[in-house]
This record gives sequence, structure tokens and C-alpha cells, in this order.
Amino acid sequence: MAYDKFEILKSSAVPLPIENVDTDQIIPARFLKATERKGFGDNLFRDWRYNPDNTPKEQFVLNNPMYSGKILVGGKNFGSGSSREHAAWAVYDYGFRCVVSSFFADIFRGNCLNIGVLPVQVSAEFLDKIYKAIEADPKTELEIDLQKQTITLLVTGEKESFDINGYKKENMLNGFDDIDYLSKMKEEIKDFAEKRPF
Amino acid sequence: MSSTLFDKVWDSHVVRKIKDGPDVFFIDRHLIHEVTSPVAFLGLKERNNSVLFSGRTFATADHNTPTINQHLPVEDPLSANQLKALEENSAEYGISHWGLGDEKNGIVHVVGPEYGITLPGATIVCGDSHTSTHGAFGAIAFGIGTSEVEMVLSSQCIMQPKPKKMRINITGELGLGVTPKDVALYIISKLTTSGATGYFVEYAGDVFKQMSMEGRMTVCNLSIEMGARGGIIAPDEKTFEYVNGRLFAPKGADWDKAMAYWETLKTDEDAVFDKELTFSASDIEPMITYGTNPGMGTGISNNIPTADQVEGGAATYKKSLDYMGFSEGDTMIGKHVDYVFIGSCTNGRIEDFRAFASIVKGRKKADNITAWLVPGSHIVEAKIKEEGLLDIFHEAGFVLREPGCSACLAMNDDKVPAGKVAVSTSNRNFEGRQGPGSKTLLASPLVAAATAVTGVVTDPRTLL
Repeated sequence: MAYDKFEILKSSAVPLPIENVDTDQIIPARFLKATERKGFGDNLFRDWRYNPDNTPKEQFVLNNPMYSGKILVGGKNFGSGSSREHAAWAVYDYGFRCVVSSFFADIFRGNCLNIGVLPVQVSAEFLDKIYKAIEADPKTELEIDLQKQTITLLVTGEKESFDINGYKKENMLNGFDDIDYLSKMKEEIKDFAEKRPF
Repeated sequence: MSSTLFDKVWDSHVVRKIKDGPDVFFIDRHLIHEVTSPVAFLGLKERNNSVLFSGRTFATADHNTPTINQHLPVEDPLSANQLKALEENSAEYGISHWGLGDEKNGIVHVVGPEYGITLPGATIVCGDSHTSTHGAFGAIAFGIGTSEVEMVLSSQCIMQPKPKKMRINITGELGLGVTPKDVALYIISKLTTSGATGYFVEYAGDVFKQMSMEGRMTVCNLSIEMGARGGIIAPDEKTFEYVNGRLFAPKGADWDKAMAYWETLKTDEDAVFDKELTFSASDIEPMITYGTNPGMGTGISNNIPTADQVEGGAATYKKSLDYMGFSEGDTMIGKHVDYVFIGSCTNGRIEDFRAFASIVKGRKKADNITAWLVPGSHIVEAKIKEEGLLDIFHEAGFVLREPGCSACLAMNDDKVPAGKVAVSTSNRNFEGRQGPGSKTLLASPLVAAATAVTGVVTDPRTLL
């Protein structure tokens, strides 16, 4: 499905300073039984967020009213493990439009880009600065400018640039997706398929 | 110009190169299952798209299926609904569908090779990260998200930047009791779960040449656990012999033509990799994991490392050991275990069950162990019976379940209870992976068998 355009996002952020956050934590397998893409945000980080009796775990950051915003800030190697796009859907459905980390797992990064969540990879030092700024003031804001490819810690004005390939950037700026692109290529693809040996 | 095996297969599948963007990448074979495909079919319908080449997609139900009483209706309405969606979508678009009860049904990465869907030089994708399994045949195979499943259905292509290339060589010969699973867990423990992110890995050297096709599948299967998109092994006589005669493999003149192509599928001698690593087989012993990601593994006779001995932050490391209830410096051998699971796309093939049987034969399941033996497919199940392994299992106090992904991801009822420890031949030991609150120790079928008969983590070399 096509998604909202992403241009500039200015928001407070939710800190999750844990490394190797895998997609089984982002959304456990037992919540993958739906045949439609809805309601996944309710189960985002389910087992870190809720006790077995479904009462909230108060110490978990999503249950702490001090923290909110459209940006999730995760530790190194965020999104490792399963290819389930449900993990990216859960992040989006909960209300995040951007995930910041010092390193992303490959498939999760691709899934985010395909559904309109911007993965922003920053240096370990900048990540640390973000965590410290949020610790000092949970309402501190970050600004992510996709056109300029910059992320700015507004309280100090410190900024860093991030990578995204030009094609994906155009897609996100315009709310296009790959299926739109591929749909226009069908004749070329059919010709290509003719020549495949199997 | 000299090129790698990976380059040869990748470059021959690029339909169009996009400047400062991904390649439009053609997919020969697309495997789908009930969990990651329904939303892709919904998207297809919403956009008024259709399936471009229905003969290139194959559907099997595996992730969310029961492993007992498969002849009865599925009780959980959500699961039943997902299975129904796969069946109906497949029927609507003319896709081969092997649902519950079909003799070809089984784990997608087990049945793909068994029926000759997996071929050398092919590109294979599936909405499942362990699609890397098929790289054992010299195919480029990797997991994709649901948006990409929709792309493949509607256009037989995805948009992929070409990954970097890494080669991992293992020289020498594996010792007694050291299996392909141990080789993979060893490599992952050296690279960590993100050490190969951004790369596609070619496995080379004596150990992989000597390895059976099933062993190669186990190694390639686990490539994703070090962050790699996939792994690939050059096809050889073993590969061709495995593929020849299988249901969907080329026949007659098509076979000869395919063989001529397949014989070119090797890395040129002077080809260059972005990264190259070499390990010695003699350094590898039976492995076991002690933490909450597959990189947290060690030789079974070692102690759990201290935080300063491992990469990454001490806080994350401590959180992981706390979850497991383990301490730095603990010995793994002798740890109490409650469950043993043999199965999954990693270790659910006949050689895995033969290995398990080689240890449990003439012994008895320990009383404190609940064991789940889950074949990867009906072909594996039939071989277990034909070869007399089932009798060995029964005599030792084990029962055999029906094929499926089962306790690997615990979407069905095969859940390890909270607080319980499982030794599993599967691929992930993430928190709660095998059931909320469950604790997983990843290991080979030999370690699983040794543990199943003693009730505690046991070095299989003491029982061989």
C-alpha cells in the first residue's frame, strides 16, 4: 500500500537503549495470525510491555507517560532476526514514523523503507548524545529532514547526516512505493522471463 | 573479468539497474506460506493487480500448523483462517498449494529442495528469513518482507541493492561429534549476529566440499543469524545428483542444458571478495548457545564468557544472561533442561533424525525431559519409518509428531512454558521465541539427543 509522504519530522523520541532488538521482541510470533494489516501496534514489544496477565509492565518505556513521540531510538543492530514485515507494521501502527539506531538489520531496514518508516542510521557517538539529551529532558525534540538527509538534536543544534539511496529517498518524499515502479515494467519483465533457462 | 559465483548468479538476474538505487531483480522461484502472504494478496487485490507468473510460485502451509492430529480441523480459528486464506488465494491465482493433509506439505525450506523447486543458479525468495537455506544448491536465496511478496506476485521482481561479498573458508576436517550445525554456530559466535549484515556469504573450503547437501542446507540456513542476507555454496556432483530426477527439476534435453550452465557456477580463481575469513575445522567442537541471540554460543566444554570477553555493551549482555538465569563463568555441561526439540528448517531432515537416533538407540529418554520430534516434511517422516528409526525412538520413549515449523517459532500449540529450558535444533534463541518466557539453548541433533537421554546439557562425544 502506498503511504504518507515523508519530508520533515519534528518530534520527541522514545528511547530503547538495548542492543540486538530482534523482530521476535518487536512482535512475537503468536501475534502474526491476522490476515489483514491492522492492530499490530497493540502488540508492539508485547512481552516487554505486558505481564503474562496482560497488565502493563510499568518499567517499560512505552508504559512510561514521560516518553512519547513519533521517533523510536533503538540500540545497535535493531530489527535482527525474522523477515516478518509485521514488525515494521507494528512500529508504524503504534505511531512511529522513524527509527533511529547506530546499526540496522538488513531485512528490517528494507521492510521499513517499503512501508514508510524511515530508518535513520547515526554514529554510536550521536546515538549516545540522543540518549543523554532524552535523559536530561524526555520532551527534547529531534528534527529529521529527509530532503537534506540530516538529523538534528534541536536543544543543542548538533546534527549528523544519514545515508539513503536516491531512489528510496524520492519514493519516501513522494509517498511512492516499489510496486508502483514495477507495475510500469511488466512488458520488460515478461521479455526477460522468456530468456530464463528455468 | 573474473567474478564470484554470487556475481554470476546475481548479474544474470538484473532486469534493470537504477541509478543511485536498487537493481530490479528477477525471481525464478517464489515460495509462500500462510503467515507472510495474506496481506500481499490483499494488496494485489486492492491495486487490481494479478499474479504475473503463477507457475513460479509455490505455496505450503507450515508456520502455523498443528503437529498432531493434522487430519482433524484446526481448532484455533485465527490459524484456521490463515490456512484457508492461503488455500483460497492459491486457488484463485492458479498457484500450486500443498496444504495440511497434502502428501507434499511440509516446511517450505525442506520441501522446496525435495521437490526440485530449488535449483542451482536460480533466484529464490520467500517471506521467511531462512530462505537462505536454498543457497546450499548454488542458488541466490533470501528472505523478503510482505511488500516484496506482493511485488513478486505481481511482477516476479523485487528491488534490491546488490549486497557486498564475503567468503568464509573452513579448512581441515571436522572432529567426531561435530556437525554442520556446530560449524554454523561457531561461525556466528565469531562474527556476532550483525557481523555479516550487508553481505552475501560464499562458504568454501574442505569442510563444505565434504559436507552432504543436507549439511550444506543447515549451514546456509543459519547465514541470516550473523546478519547476512544469504549464503551460497558452489554446486558440485553432490548437488547435481541430489537435484536429478526430482519432480520440478529439468528433464531430458532441459536437464543437459541446465547442467551446461550449472557447471559454470563457481567463483573464478582470482575473483575478489569485500571480506574474506578463514577458520580451522580443528578449532570447532560441539556448540551450544547460552544467551538470547544465536551469536551467544560457545564450545560445549567451555564456560559462559564474562562481559569483558564479548563484543557489545555489558548492560545488554547482563540482561540476556539474567533472562536465561545464567551467570558469567558458568559451565554449560550439566545445566538442567526440561524440553528437547528436534526439527525445523535448520535440522528437520533425515540426516538429523539419523544423528539423533545414533545416540538414543539403546538408551531411554530422561524422565524430566519432554521431547518433541518434528520431521520437516512427509518425505522425512516416511524415511524415519522406512529406516527403522521410529522403532528406535519408540523403544527409547520418544514419539514422532507430524511435519511443520512447530516449536521453532511456537505459533502453534507447541510452546515451551515460561521459565522452562529447551535444547533445540532450531535457529533462534531470542527471548520467548519458543513460547513466552521460554529459554532456548541452540545445539545440534547430537547434543539434543545426548541431553534428551541424560536430562542435562551433555557433550555427545561422551556417548558416541
